[in-house]
Amino acid sequence: MAELKGWKDIPIGGLVVEPGSAKKYQTGTWRVLRPIFQSENCINCMFCWLYCPDQSIVVELVDGKPKMKGFDYYSCKGCGLCANVCPKNIDPKTKQPVADEKKAIIMKPETDFVEE
Amino acid sequence: MPLKQAITGAEAVAYAMKQINPDVVAAYPITPQTPVVEYFAKYVADGVVDTEMIPVESEHSAMSAVVGAAASGARAFTATASVGLALMHEVVFIAASLRLPIVMAVANRALSGPINIHCDHSDAMAERDSGWIQLWAENAQEAYDFTVMAYRIAEHKDVRLPVMVNFDGFIISHGVEVVETLDDELIKNFVGKQEKIYPLLDTSNPVTYGSIDMYDYYFEHKRQQVEAMKHVPRVFKEIAEEFAKISGRKYDLVDEYMLDDAEYVMIALGSTAGTIKHTINELRKEGKKVGLLKPWMFRPFSKAEYQRLLTGRKAVVVLDRSASFGAEAPLYQSVKSTIYEVASKPQMGSYVYGLGGRDIAPHHIRQAFEDAFSGNLIVDEERYLGLRE
Repeated sequence: MAELKGWKDIPIGGLVVEPGSAKKYQTGTWRVLRPIFQSENCINCMFCWLYCPDQSIVVELVDGKPKMKGFDYYSCKGCGLCANVCPKNIDPKTKQPVADEKKAIIMKPETDFVEE
Repeated sequence: MPLKQAITGAEAVAYAMKQINPDVVAAYPITPQTPVVEYFAKYVADGVVDTEMIPVESEHSAMSAVVGAAASGARAFTATASVGLALMHEVVFIAASLRLPIVMAVANRALSGPINIHCDHSDAMAERDSGWIQLWAENAQEAYDFTVMAYRIAEHKDVRLPVMVNFDGFIISHGVEVVETLDDELIKNFVGKQEKIYPLLDTSNPVTYGSIDMYDYYFEHKRQQVEAMKHVPRVFKEIAEEFAKISGRKYDLVDEYMLDDAEYVMIALGSTAGTIKHTINELRKEGKKVGLLKPWMFRPFSKAEYQRLLTGRKAVVVLDRSASFGAEAPLYQSVKSTIYEVASKPQMGSYVYGLGGRDIAPHHIRQAFEDAFSGNLIVDEERYLGLRE
C-alpha cells in the first residue's frame, strides 16, 4: 500500500490530481472474508471474472483460451460475489451448496490468515 | 473619480459585482436578497457585464451551480438569505471543503418559524462552522467595499476559501444611503485576474473534484481547512491595506470606535453598530468612558485581536442578533471563550436583541450600558433587549 501522507503533503480540497490513482488504493485491507481458489474444481467459465466488481480475478490466456489463475488480494474486498455466482459451488440437481472440497471458490475468514 | 450615489445596500453589492464582472452568477430569489440579483440581472440584460447568469430552481441548485463554476476556474457569485441559505446548507460546506473561492452576499434574515422576513443573524450563524469566511457590514458602504475585497481574499493562494458578505436584511439591503463607489477601471485592476488552481477545464492537466474521502485522508483535508483559516487575518489585513490606498477607507479585523480609553465596551455585528455609535456619542457627552468593538470579520474569529483589545476593561457587553437555544448566543460564546486567558478579565454580559426584525433603539443600548455601569452584569445570564415580559 502507498504510504499515507500528512496534511501538508497532499493537494487541497481532496482533489485527485493524477489519473488512475485508484490502482494504488489497497482496498484489500477492507476484506473480512478471503476467497480461496481451488483450481482442480474450476471449469474456467469466467463467471467470476465477469461478475467481480473490482477486477480482482487474475486470468491468463492459455492457447487462446482464458484460464482462471486466482485473486488479486491487493484490490479484492472479499465481497464473495465470485463464490456466489460460481456454478461449481452448487449441486445442479439439489440446488444446494456442495461440500467445500468440491467448490472452485470458498470464502474463509481473514482471521485464519493472520500468521501470513 | 469616486462617485457618490444614493443607493440601497442591495444595489451597492450589485454595483460592485458589475465592476468585478464575474464569469458566472447563479441565484434563486428570496426576500430580502432579491434586489441584489434583480439589479445584477439588469446589467446582464443591458450587456454591461459578460456574466453567464443561471436562474436556477432552488438555492441548493444555486450553490451547486457556483461550486461547479468555481471548480471549472470561473469567478462565481451568488446571493441569498435566511431559509434560502439554509436550503444551501449541504453545498455551503462542499464549497468550503473543495476550497473554492466563491463569493456570496447574504442579506441577513430570520430563520423560520414562525415565518418572518425581517433581519436577524440566525441564518449566517447557522453556517458559522461551515468553513466560510464571514465578513459583516454595518452599512451599504461596507457592503460595497467588502464585496470588492472578497475575491482577493478568497482567491489568495494561502486561503482558497469562500467568502460570505453579510449585510442586514432590509435595514442595509433596502435602506438608501450615500455610497462612494470607485471607478470601474480602478476596481478592475484591484480585483485583477484570478490565479487559477486546478481548474477542471484545463483538460491537459485533468483533476478529480469531489471523490470519496475515507477515514484515511478526510481528517487531513479538514486539517488543511483549519490551516487555511489561520492565514485569513494576515491576508485580510494585506488586502485591506491595498484597498485603503485606492479608497481611503481603512478596514481591519475589527472596527474600533472610541475604544482607546473605554472602560465599558460593547460588541455587536452589523447595522446595530451604527445605533451603538450614536448612543456612545451621547454617553461620552455625559462623561461615560464607553466604546464599541465591531467585528468586521466573524469567521475566522481572531482571538489575539480580542484578547489585546479587551484585557483590563471594566466590562464587556455583547449584543447578539440570534439565539443559540440551550446555550449562549453565538457572538457572546466566541468572545467569552476568547478572553478566558486574558490577564485582567472584564465583567461580561450577554444581551440578545432584534430577533425577527424587532427594532433596537438607543434607549435599549443605553439600558445595557447602564447595567454595566452599575456592576449589574452576570456572566452566565442571558438578557433580552426590546422584549415584552
